[in-house]
Amino acid sequence: MKRRTSPADRANRPNRSYTLIAGCVLAGLIALLALVSLVWLPYAADDTSGGRLTGPAADHLLGTDKLGRDLFTQAMTGSRIAVEAGLGSVLVAAAIGVTLGVLSAFAQGWLDDTLSAFLDILIAFPTLLLAMLIVAARSATLGSAVLAIGLAQSAVVARLVRILVKRVLAQDYITAARTSGTSWPRIVAGHVLPNIWPTLVVNLALQFGLAVLAEAGLSYLGLGAPPPNASWGRMLQEAQATFTTAPAGALAPGILLVLLVIGVNLVADGLRDTLDPATRRRRA
Amino acid sequence: MTPVLETRALETTTPVLELDDVALSYRGSAAPVVRDVSLTVRAGHSLALVGESGAGKTTLLRLLLGLARPTAGTVRFDGEPLALRDREQMRRFRRGVQCVFQDPYSSLDPRRRVGAIVAEPLRSLGIADRRTAAPKVAEALERVGLPADAARRYPHEFSGGQRQRIAIARATVCEPRVLLADEPVSALDVTTRVKIVDLLAELKQERGLTLVMVSHDLSVVASLCERTAVLERGGVVEQGDTARVLGDPAHPYTRRLVDSVPRLPG
Amino acid sequence: MTLLDIRGLTVRTADGRTLVDDLSLTLGPGERLGVIGESGSGKSLTTLAVLGLLPEGMTATGSVELAGTQIVGATEKRLTTVRGRDAAIVFQEPLTALDPLMRVGRQLAEPLRGKRRLTGGALKRAVAEALEQVRLPEPDRIARAFPHEISGGQRQRVALAMALACEPKLLIADEPTTALDVSVQAEMLALIDTLVREREMAVLFVSHDLAVVAKVTDRALVMKDGRAVEEGTVERLVRAPREEYTKALVTSARRLESALDLRSAP
Repeated sequence: MKRRTSPADRANRPNRSYTLIAGCVLAGLIALLALVSLVWLPYAADDTSGGRLTGPAADHLLGTDKLGRDLFTQAMTGSRIAVEAGLGSVLVAAAIGVTLGVLSAFAQGWLDDTLSAFLDILIAFPTLLLAMLIVAARSATLGSAVLAIGLAQSAVVARLVRILVKRVLAQDYITAARTSGTSWPRIVAGHVLPNIWPTLVVNLALQFGLAVLAEAGLSYLGLGAPPPNASWGRMLQEAQATFTTAPAGALAPGILLVLLVIGVNLVADGLRDTLDPATRRRRA
Repeated sequence: MTPVLETRALETTTPVLELDDVALSYRGSAAPVVRDVSLTVRAGHSLALVGESGAGKTTLLRLLLGLARPTAGTVRFDGEPLALRDREQMRRFRRGVQCVFQDPYSSLDPRRRVGAIVAEPLRSLGIADRRTAAPKVAEALERVGLPADAARRYPHEFSGGQRQRIAIARATVCEPRVLLADEPVSALDVTTRVKIVDLLAELKQERGLTLVMVSHDLSVVASLCERTAVLERGGVVEQGDTARVLGDPAHPYTRRLVDSVPRLPG
Repeated sequence: MTLLDIRGLTVRTADGRTLVDDLSLTLGPGERLGVIGESGSGKSLTTLAVLGLLPEGMTATGSVELAGTQIVGATEKRLTTVRGRDAAIVFQEPLTALDPLMRVGRQLAEPLRGKRRLTGGALKRAVAEALEQVRLPEPDRIARAFPHEISGGQRQRVALAMALACEPKLLIADEPTTALDVSVQAEMLALIDTLVREREMAVLFVSHDLAVVAKVTDRALVMKDGRAVEEGTVERLVRAPREEYTKALVTSARRLESALDLRSAP
């Protein structure tokens, strides 16, 4: 009579998700590039000793840019900046978004209205404008970009968390916890958060991909990490003029960006399947 | 016992729970969900709240559980008005009054082990810590007829009837005096239903538990409760001994309810 | 001649679990059969299989012949002509069976327009008639209402009106009164009985409740774990059950009902 998802089905399902593995491999490759860049780079970021716009060769795997800098080195630093941007934005979005989301799920009356209006404005506010404001107030750094992206995303996360929390609060086990004498903070920590966690994690993984794209966009416009640290967005911008003669400068960051975003999205899909299967079995 | 003696006994004990002219209206709606309801729950005299959808049964239960504040009238616990902000009184109240819900699927947190679920009242009310809770949990699980290893498993590994047993174990682990039950068997199959009714009867008998049960199922009410109050559109139309109310209804609505129960042929 | 002939029906899930196991039953024109079982017995899947409505991922094997049409393996196009005309179904929860965003009158008009090719004034009259047939008061008001604006009992009557709209030869009712209040249930059962009698329709009535089945059908089939356990007249099943499971079912039902008898002795 009743249709329920039984976590037993989840447990009994073969515990391998090919999407998850594929996603981890793709994203892992970029993460590896980023990690290696912390300790070793083929050339220094401001080393212009190579010839200008040389094609791929043994000493410059991806060739050089119009100033003679090594493109592979730039791609590696770009990976680091991309991963940092993704992680940083998601952290900001999660911290602010979960707090606001939980608060607004509990809010009633005018507070509820105010919070909802605030989130609506934040969602409608263009990330670009927000970034320009923050850059104007601080300076054009990776931190500014991350703050802008994270703030913009926190509204999306908050709205999702609000809905998820409201759904959990309507369950009888919350009432049971209340009649057991459990305080609201402990109900949130012990019942609400564990139950919204799977859906939240999947969403945060998707936000990571979006944040990487947004950071590339911002640094393309010069609102991201300043030189000499190359980010993918700025590599794209610098290679734009010479794309027809030396495509490697644009292709390299472009392809890496696509790979990372696809990888993270695959991870999100895989997590969805393992944590929160959409294909739910019916109890007969 | 003669009816006269019984009445006297009733009057001398302080009611555990009491609703005195209670009404509740929700913000923005004109008609109250519950109006002018007076009920008393005395130890050893289980009470059934009978009625159909929209009768206000669930609202009454929320009032009795201290989850909602009446807009008029008083809820009393052990003779004292229930103050939802009085932490000390609420702790005593929660310890003395526990609850079992209708839907055994949504009343157990799917991400907690049964042991933690049953231990929750002990932990939250400060009766036991993690270590001292374990034997009490084991005892409560045994009392409701579940194997000891149930504590290590998750709710989804159990059937509807077993889940309802887990919920009953949680509600009885802190040895409450009153068990409020919201349609405790209506989501269960007939054969399971009988077993849970038996379990509740046993808990009444052996542990001196007083039941306050919301139900639309008159046979379950008749099996478990000495007293019955019939609700219609937020008000009590009739209350008294179950045998009298269901056997010889005074109010036409009660009569209609009793006559509507489908019976087996023969 | 048989209207419904099920032979060796087996329903399996994608991962190979058998939910209905080698089930056979026949139903002649105008005959009534109750299907009794608890959750997981496969009774609801059987009714879905009759109309080719099995959920995705489930496969049926064996033979289901409805008014001469083989349902197992039939194309969706073929099934569409069968549904509504040869057999129609009423589900347990009318709120999910009706489109929440469409007024009741328009939903009811759809099958009438499609299968009886009615338009304009004739269609409007037919809708009103259909609502009157199921004894709905103020059919005009109900026709203009959205499903959530009417009561559960009224919604189930609308669902019944929709099922009867194309004058099917077989009415399938899957727990049609389980979600309803007791007094509403009694009216609904009487209504189904009368309407089906007037139209000389066959009924396949599915329920977990023996007493409810007894109100509508004389013959019943008991199912457990996807298998047919026992078939016979309801009276015989209740008086002298042969199989263990039927005995358990009857004993449980009797136990609960007897509580009502003891108390109601004047």
